[in-house]
Amino acid sequence: MDETQTKIKQFLSRFFKSHDLQPSEDIFALGFVNSLLAMQLVAFVEKEFGISVQDDDLDLDNFRSIDAISQLIARKSGAAA
Amino acid sequence: MNLELSAGQRAARAEFRAFAAAEIAPHADAWDRAEEIPRELVGRLRELGYLGSNVSPEYGGLGRDMIAYGLLTEEIAKGCSSVRSLLTVHDMVAHALARWGSRELRERYLPRMARAEVLGALALSEPNVGSDAKSVETAAVDDGDAWVLNGRKKWTTFGQIAGLFLTFAHVGGQPTAFLVERESPGLTVKPLRGIVGTRASMLAELIFEDCRIPKAQLVGRVGFAISHVVATALDQGRYSVAWGAVGIAQACLEASRAYAAERHQFGVPIADHQLIRAMLTDMIVDVRAARLLCLRAGSLRQSGDPGAFMETMAAKYFASRVATRSANDAVQIHGANGLTEDYPVARYLRDARVTEIIEGSTQIQQITIPLFEFQEL
Repeated sequence: MDETQTKIKQFLSRFFKSHDLQPSEDIFALGFVNSLLAMQLVAFVEKEFGISVQDDDLDLDNFRSIDAISQLIARKSGAAA
Repeated sequence: MNLELSAGQRAARAEFRAFAAAEIAPHADAWDRAEEIPRELVGRLRELGYLGSNVSPEYGGLGRDMIAYGLLTEEIAKGCSSVRSLLTVHDMVAHALARWGSRELRERYLPRMARAEVLGALALSEPNVGSDAKSVETAAVDDGDAWVLNGRKKWTTFGQIAGLFLTFAHVGGQPTAFLVERESPGLTVKPLRGIVGTRASMLAELIFEDCRIPKAQLVGRVGFAISHVVATALDQGRYSVAWGAVGIAQACLEASRAYAAERHQFGVPIADHQLIRAMLTDMIVDVRAARLLCLRAGSLRQSGDPGAFMETMAAKYFASRVATRSANDAVQIHGANGLTEDYPVARYLRDARVTEIIEGSTQIQQITIPLFEFQEL
């Protein structure tokens, strides 16, 4: 895992400590995401990676796994650069 | 975490306090009886930049920092909770729009909201739907170049004068948010009167009958209204209501302190009676604790910390209960006078009760706060 993926994993692991989350695992299918986590996750990626999540990004596929979140961050960081 | 106010924040608070003492508090009882606020007051709030002050400078707003924003809300609420509720709903809509509106919507509406040329209101509650927001019955249907809305909204704060409604409906069962202009064909606004608390908040019922709005008025994406748009709006609303509740509690304390010093029974001011002092002590400590929770929430919000959601909820939960307790004791200290219109404390009690119901009732917070806490176990 790269640094971005590691940070995402650290954040998500706070919410399900007993599971060793893998980069491609579907966090929705695992049942770990509820409406409380949804906005906290948005706040986390914005604060940690300095990006802005916007209306176009509201797609479950962007938040489905560590890999997906990492790709969203890469895309948004590229767009901002 | 440093919770001391900066020199700029103290100066801002002095400005807000002076304005509320001169132009709001003296008229609050009359507005409460009339069940409305004057249009001139909205003009003054606009002129002073007190409406939409959370809008980013990118859209012509002041981008007021979260703590100064809270102080503004407290001081306005100390004068009149109905006026506070105008700031609450307008700023909730602006915040949700800034967060999840398309670029087109943001550019079209946020500059006007920052200048309060158009007032925003939240159209979420319905005759049959309160806390269970995902079950809204208002329906939106995709009809080519437009969305067509049908349904009823109730308890829309300042709906009587708002020009823009952040409206929640379902699209084939999926909760979805829309921005609806007041002049939209098929939308009827009916004033609601006779509410007990925040009586001057100019509530309205909204009736959507084949109400057609352009496709571009969608906020966020279909299906994301509850998890993101409502969550964002209510989070902002809870921050505002929390500070507003502190304002009510502070007003109760000041009124009770003055009354207890001037009212004599058994040959001494009632402030000398220990049971009165006990009530004053609870008020003094409660209001300080509530304000500290608000400051902590504000500090986390300012830094964009994910923990801000939970801390804002905790602040709203505690402060709204403090407002009710303080107002209840303030009425008790005032005795029979407290039950009359000659003193403001009965209004404080009615207004305090509202803060425990709106933006997530006390019971919804009691269900949700432990969920946040258990998330990390």
